Amino acid sequence: MLLSEIATSGPDFFYLAPWVVFFPVIGLLINMIFGGRLGEKAVGGIASTASGLTFVVAVLLLISLRTHHEGATVLLAEWISIGELQLDWAFRVDTLSTTMMLVVGGVGTLIHIYAIGYMHEDVRYKNDPGRFRRFFAFLNLFIAAMMILVTGDNYLMLFVGWEGVGLCSFLLIGFWYEMDTLAQASTANAMAAKKAFITNRVGDFGFLIAGMIMFWAFKSVQFDTVFEAAHHVAEHNPGVILAITLFMLLGVAGKSAQIPLYVWLPDAMAGPTPVSALIHAATMVTAGVYLVARSAPLYTLVPQAQFIVAIVGGATALFAATIAVGQYDIKRVLAYSTISQLGFMVAAVGMGAFVAGMFHLVTHAFFKALLFLSAGSVILGVERGHHHAAHGHHHDDHAHEHNEVFDPGDMRNMGGIRKRMPLTFWVYIIGSLALAGIFPLAGFWSKDEILAEALSLNFTVYILLAVAAFFTAFYMGRQVWMVFFGEPKHEAAEQAEESPPVMTVPLMVLAALSILGGALNLPGLGTFTHWIEHTYEKFHLHLHHGEFNITVAITSTVLALLAIGLSWVLYGRKAVTQDQPDPLKRILGPVFVGMENKWWVDELYWAVILNPYIALARFTADVIDWRFWHDWFHDKVIAGTFQWVSRTLLDRWFDQRGIDGFANGLADSTKELAQWLRGIQTGFVRNYALSVFIGVVVILGYLILQ
Amino acid sequence: MTPELITFILLASIAVASGLGMLFSRNAVYSAIYLIINFITVAVFYLLLGGAFIAVSQVAVYAGAIMVLFLFVIMLLGAEKLGRSGDTLPWQRPLAIILGLGLVAETLYILFFQAGELVALKDLPEGFGSPSSVGSVLFQEYLLPFEVTSILLLVAMIGAIILTRQEKKNAGR
Amino acid sequence: MLPVSYYVGLSAVLFAIGALGVLIRRNAIIIFMSIELMLNAANLAFVAFARVHEALSGQIFVFFVITVAAAEVAVGLALIVAIFRNKQSIDVDQMSSLKG
Repeated sequence: MLLSEIATSGPDFFYLAPWVVFFPVIGLLINMIFGGRLGEKAVGGIASTASGLTFVVAVLLLISLRTHHEGATVLLAEWISIGELQLDWAFRVDTLSTTMMLVVGGVGTLIHIYAIGYMHEDVRYKNDPGRFRRFFAFLNLFIAAMMILVTGDNYLMLFVGWEGVGLCSFLLIGFWYEMDTLAQASTANAMAAKKAFITNRVGDFGFLIAGMIMFWAFKSVQFDTVFEAAHHVAEHNPGVILAITLFMLLGVAGKSAQIPLYVWLPDAMAGPTPVSALIHAATMVTAGVYLVARSAPLYTLVPQAQFIVAIVGGATALFAATIAVGQYDIKRVLAYSTISQLGFMVAAVGMGAFVAGMFHLVTHAFFKALLFLSAGSVILGVERGHHHAAHGHHHDDHAHEHNEVFDPGDMRNMGGIRKRMPLTFWVYIIGSLALAGIFPLAGFWSKDEILAEALSLNFTVYILLAVAAFFTAFYMGRQVWMVFFGEPKHEAAEQAEESPPVMTVPLMVLAALSILGGALNLPGLGTFTHWIEHTYEKFHLHLHHGEFNITVAITSTVLALLAIGLSWVLYGRKAVTQDQPDPLKRILGPVFVGMENKWWVDELYWAVILNPYIALARFTADVIDWRFWHDWFHDKVIAGTFQWVSRTLLDRWFDQRGIDGFANGLADSTKELAQWLRGIQTGFVRNYALSVFIGVVVILGYLILQ
Repeated sequence: MTPELITFILLASIAVASGLGMLFSRNAVYSAIYLIINFITVAVFYLLLGGAFIAVSQVAVYAGAIMVLFLFVIMLLGAEKLGRSGDTLPWQRPLAIILGLGLVAETLYILFFQAGELVALKDLPEGFGSPSSVGSVLFQEYLLPFEVTSILLLVAMIGAIILTRQEKKNAGR
Repeated sequence: MLPVSYYVGLSAVLFAIGALGVLIRRNAIIIFMSIELMLNAANLAFVAFARVHEALSGQIFVFFVITVAAAEVAVGLALIVAIFRNKQSIDVDQMSSLKG
């Protein structure tokens, strides 16, 4: 009886929701306060445990949601109460936020563990072991901020998390702020961090405007309140909803690296590789997708906004994919791939295929984290090989030869790593195939769901995404051939070493997830679809049910295999070295130069925005501020006037003549009066008596006359 | 002209004349004599007004004791007349006379035009102002002031002795 | 019975004479006697009012005034004696060392 009751009602762990934020904060505080005395292993262990506990909480929430589909809102504290604005610090637990929590907690924990091994070597190579602790403090802070972002019950709380992850992103991109990725003294990393932060600021500005319009229109930024009133507002004033959604899109473009604000993400690869994996691939950059999915009740009201979002996503997907083809840095290829995949997700949620977008978000988190971490493993392996090679040559008196800068991330230095790092090779292959969308890996299911949805919802976007998918398979094939196959093109690659288990175990877990992730939402079963639908049920949203389209699946698979074959033709047979041009360049010519140079978008931004802006800033600083404001206005007008007023008006006239004259005059007149009055004091007592008598007579006379 | 009025005018003339005599006498001894006459005249007025005990006190204390003290001091100091040093304040005399007349005028104006006539309507009861009646009031209602007066006299006595004591400079030291 | 106003008027005249004495004469002793005259004038007024109101308090006051006058004379004459010892004069105009 009791058992069956539990079975139907199920356990309720919703009250644990705040702990997804508390655990990482506790870990962060422990590491900040005691980290200095603990060893590397303890620091990493504490951080990973904190992250792992959030995952445990997320799993408990998942279990609770299986029976309590409606979810819960866990009130922690009243936050802001100003006039009409009533905001609570409340945690929203529903299937959507729990999905995000699981991804952030799960992938985050794996990356934490991986980072223990990675940072151990990274800090050693960069000669600053003290940073180990700081890194994990930042990582935990990121987990906390991301959890606030996904659990927030209102847009402002979401925005707090949104800014928090932005801050962590900035801190971690610029983690090696005084050196570049090659450990040479440089401000490149700091510049990259700044670029990310400022570009995100543009997006955040959009988000903030959206929030303000929302508050103006709805008198609230609480999710349920806004979504329930959305229909009503849309009927009377559809422009408001359109404005909110479009400004929100600007925020999405910033955070999720969409056109036109994607430029920061490739540079963000300056951060340590676990950061690239966690923040700039698996979790933070998907915040924009989450935001659109969360705001589904708003977006579904304005098809125009949906269309724009979808187009932006599709264009980004294709555009970034073409750039990825022309890159030589192993992480940079992955970065553009991330932008491209984010384009897929944004296009999906833009079209209204929220489930497909979220599904791809989850699988992408698995295989892109896997790819980044494997890439990190490759880079460290090559670095180790470089170290060995340099060490070996040292005895041969050839050390100076290797003092020249060696880039361990350049794919043209690699080749043949398959034999040196077999485990990394295999997981990388899995990740690549998943990303390329090869049956039956996770990416196949999620990408095909998006494509199938696109075919029925928006054909333009379908074309964009299908082409992008082709490029995806191509650049991943290119990368794999260049890195793992052929002969080593550098002795560092020749002597590359496999990474320790603390790094490879998370890789294997992620590889398993990349293989099996598709099972979440198999056609026909639709587990994930039903799961996510619970969140939208109460807003009566009619989600488009993506039908598995066998034609689409076969088309995309054929395209992917074709692209991989093509990449083998170009790169698999003959190694590409730094000396010779890319084989594709011979075929495509100037088009490849464009891809190689990222279509000169950065240069365009420099020419159109940054340089004029800097010139304007210089003008305002030099001419307006310094010459006009400081030299003329402050020095001449204000200081001059002040001096004239103080010296001439106040000092000479007012003080010397007025005040002094008054004071001296007072003293002088008192003296004169006293001189005159002393005559009254004759010293004759009869005189004094007379004055008394005069007084008596006068007062008596006054009394009579009265 | 009732006999009472005649008596009053007569006595008043004596009082005013003796007062003026005191005022204008060159010799301080004459002034003292005039003042004694004045006091005695006033004592007669007291009798007329029903203050027998006060009248006797007036004669005894003022005309007797105090004026004797005055005469004694005048003679002790030999200060009947001041040396002619010329009037230091020549303008004070006319001004004082004008003010004095002004005061009298004001007082009389108040008395006869503002206060109304002050007339004793009833005859005095038997024994009013007699020593026994004054004594009973003095020792019943005004006992504390009376006792304080004795302290005052004692203090005045001590003060007079100390003020007039010859300073024996460094004597006995 | 005469109106008491007459007596009070006489009192005023005597008071004015006394005041004139204080203001005009330079001899300290005569000034003192003038003060006695003024006190006497006040006493006359007291007795006159006591008659009008048939209240013995007026006479009691006169009694006190006489007492105070006696004390005053004792101290005042002592002062005059002390001054005379220093100045060899009882001219009040010569006692003007507090001149401003």
